[in-house]
Parts: sequence; structure tokens; C-alpha cells
Amino acid sequence: MTDTHDTPRTRSLRLGVAGPVGTGKSSVIAMLCRKLNEEFTMGVITNDIYTDEDARFLRSAGVLPSERIRAVETGACPHTAIRDDVTMNLLAVEDLEKDFAPLDIVLVESGGDNLTATFSPALVDAQIFVLDVAGGGDVARKGGPGIARADLLLVNKIDLAEYVEVDVEQMVKDAQSARDGRPVLALSKKMPDTVEALCEWVRQLHAAHSRGVHTPTDPGPMAPHFHATDEGGYEHSHESGDSSGEHAHH
Amino acid sequence: MTPNAALLLLADGRLPAGGYAHSGGFEPTARLQGLNDAAALEDFLEGRVTTSGFVAAAFAAAACAAAHAGNIGRLGQLDPELDARMPSPAVRAVSRALGRQLLRVITRIHPHPVLATLDPHAHQPTVFGAAAASFDLSPQDAALAVLHETITGPASAAVKVLSLDPYEVHSALARLTGLLDELAVRAAAHALDDPDQLPADASPLLDIAAEHHRSWDVRLFAS
Ligand SMILES: Nc1nc2c(ncn2[C@@H]2O[C@H](COP(=O)(O)OP(=O)(O)O)[C@@H](O)[C@H]2O)c(=O)[nH]1
Ligand SMILES: [Mg+2]
Repeated sequence: MTDTHDTPRTRSLRLGVAGPVGTGKSSVIAMLCRKLNEEFTMGVITNDIYTDEDARFLRSAGVLPSERIRAVETGACPHTAIRDDVTMNLLAVEDLEKDFAPLDIVLVESGGDNLTATFSPALVDAQIFVLDVAGGGDVARKGGPGIARADLLLVNKIDLAEYVEVDVEQMVKDAQSARDGRPVLALSKKMPDTVEALCEWVRQLHAAHSRGVHTPTDPGPMAPHFHATDEGGYEHSHESGDSSGEHAHH
Repeated sequence: MTPNAALLLLADGRLPAGGYAHSGGFEPTARLQGLNDAAALEDFLEGRVTTSGFVAAAFAAAACAAAHAGNIGRLGQLDPELDARMPSPAVRAVSRALGRQLLRVITRIHPHPVLATLDPHAHQPTVFGAAAASFDLSPQDAALAVLHETITGPASAAVKVLSLDPYEVHSALARLTGLLDELAVRAAAHALDDPDQLPADASPLLDIAAEHHRSWDVRLFAS
């Protein structure tokens, strides 16, 4: 059935953007669409809690043709929609990939929930977790699955740091030590060099994904996930003894 | 032996088929009709399960019987008949979206040839029936699973929409179990009816509520 399989040419890099409400997920997505528009064809799925506000914001930002931005309604359970029951999101991503094939990257914005919500690897290939300095310098230290193990942690709105009395360098250092060396980037939409660093991270991720060398790492327990190959890719799951996410793939 | 465990699996709200995003019309009805307590919820559930729920159950039973008989043509006749029983475009769209999601999940967790014969956008009762057959469940089992879903979906939505005591909500569900069993038997009796003769009980207020709901700017549930 066409509905249940990833067809080779239409499989994109699926990149989740999670993090608490207001930390800047929609802004990061708008930024990526604006900056990477010419290199990649992109699509966006938003997961709103009460409305399609995020989808509307992104459409009005004019960063993508508006039909490539779609909203999934999560029935006030944004964490369920990206973790325990990803079916609605999965179908939305696949529809987008099919309708605008070939898409290089589909960005999925989680409905801002709390610090514990992370994407299932059955839904995305990689995920960014967004914090902001306004939430306080000690949030990064407190950890949690998203902060500790997302593929990338963003410390956003660093232009506001002085107003909220946060030491950005310290916050980034705390985040790094909570993450065992996984990448952390400080970001402000007002500082072009930080925006460029984020874009470069996405470029490298996309390159790794296309070559089939990117392995989804799951902040939570491992679930079936996808590997791109020349023939399109395949999905597989891991045996219980193989949950480190650091096994070799070919 | 009845495959009881498979029935529980199919009827479990934790099956990842996206049901949690829907209130089965409870959210808009609560606002439009001023429902605000557990008694009103119970009336709502009883009304829903004896009308559109019963129709869905009879169609699920019919789909299950058709799938058991390998009668693909008959399976395909059910969806247009369901469309005809759903005057609200919003209700129709939701039923097909939920059917598609359920089909996606069942195909993935329990592949079976009969599932591949379904329209990828088949209505939820049709998919429920075929899925039940794929687990060797009976038409009555399929009907019961659908009836169960018909009331548990809105009931769990209700505790988010209104300030209700979850124990009172489940008391209502407990009181309705006898009715569900009875309706499942009656629905299964239609399993071999000609598609156009299947039950057509209507719930016009739910149709109207669904159309209102669609136009709301802010809502908790997708339907
Ligand atoms: N000063 C500043 N504000 C930002 C930055 N990024 C986002 N914002 C603002 O933060 C608010 C919330 O952003 P939004 O992207 O909607 O957050 P979301 O809820 O995580 O999607 C908006 O008012 C944005 O304009 C930034 O780098 N600097
Ligand atoms: Mg947002």
C-alpha cells in the first residue's frame, strides 16, 4: 500500500523542533526556511495546542509557499502527538512529501509543552531542542531528555541575556556538560553569525542523512527508525541489547 | 475460543491511531447545549452510542463479515453508504481521517491481506471491521469495539473540556456497559444486510455541532 511505505524519491530529512512554549521554535523554523530556501526544498508541519496559530504565523512570514506549511491538531496532547502516538504527524509528513516531492527537509514543530517532551524516532530523523535565556540560566543545568540528548540544543535569544541577567557562556557550558559533548549553539535572530552556525549544522546533518550515515539518536527509549540509502532507505528496529544508538550502520 | 485479547488490543484507547485528538462532538455540544455536569455527559454518551454509534457498529459488523467472507466488493460498498449517513462534511472528513489512521496502525502492527484491499481513506467503521476480521474476531466483537470507542473518546475528552470528576465520568461508562453489550448484539444482527439496508439512525445535533466546531478559531479537540 502506498500509504504505508516511504517511497525512495520522496523521503526527506525529517527534523523536529521541540522545546517549551515561547522559546523560539517557530522563529527558528522561519529562520531556517528563509536562509536555506535556495539550497533545499522544504516543508513544515506545526503541532498547535488550541489553534493553527503557528502555521498562520509561518505562512504570514512568507518564508515558504503557504501550502507547504500544514497544521496538525493535537487535541491538547502535544506530547502524545510527537511521542506515543505519532500517526497523525507521520501521515501529515508523508502527505507533504508526496504532494511536493521531492522535498529535502521537512521541519516538524512540536506544540510547546514542557521540558520533557521529545520526538519519537519513528517520526523524525533528528531533533533540535530550543531553550531561551529568558527561561533562566539554570534551566540547561536541570537537564531532561531533550536538553541532555537532542541532536542539537539551542540556547536562544542571547541578545536578551543582559536584561534577564543570564551569563550566556556559563549557560552554554552547563548545557554542554549536561550533554556529554553533543552540540550546543547559542542563538539570536539578531546575530547573523549565530544564525549561520545553525544553518551550517543543518547542512551537515542533511549531508549525513543523504549519505545514510546519520543515525537517529533518541532522547528516550529506542524505537524503529529510518536510514537513507541510495535505494531510498529502510526502516528497522533495535533489539533490546542494542539501545545505545551508537551501533555501526552501513 | 474467542480471541479476547485481540479485542482488548483493538479497543484500547492507547492504540496509536490518533483518537486522543477528538472529542466525538462533545466539545462543541457542551458549549452549544450548555452541558456542564456528569449527568449531561451521560445523556450525551447514551444519545451518541444509540444513534451514530449504533450505525458505526452495524457497519463495522458488516465490514467484519465481508472481510471474513473475502467479499471485497461488499467492503467497497460500505463507505458510500456511510457517506450517505453523514450529512455533515466535517463528520465525514473526521470519520475518514480516523479510518486512515487506524488502517495505518493496523497495517503496520498486524499486516493482513484484507487490509491491503481497503481504500486508504476508508471510513473508521469499515477499517475497524476489517481489522477485527484480520484478528479473527467476530462481527459482534467489531461492533462492541466501535461502541466502546464511541463513548470512551468523548468521555476522556470531557474531563478536559469541563471540570468533571473523572470517577463520575467512569461511573457513567460503567453504567453504560450493559447498553453497549445489547447494542453490539443488535448491530451484529445486521452484519449480512444489504449495504443500503444497514441502520441509518441519525444524530442531527451532532452534525450541526461538528459544523460549528470546524469554524472555531480556538478549540481543544480536532472534532
Ligand atoms: N529578542 C529575541 N526574541 C526572539 C528571538 N527568537 C524569538 N524571539 C521572540 O520570542 C517570541 C516567541 O517566539 P516563537 O518563535 O513564537 O516561540 P515558540 O512558541 O517556541 O514557537 C516571539 O515574540 C519572538 O519574536 C531572538 O533571537 N531574540
Ligand atoms: Mg510556535
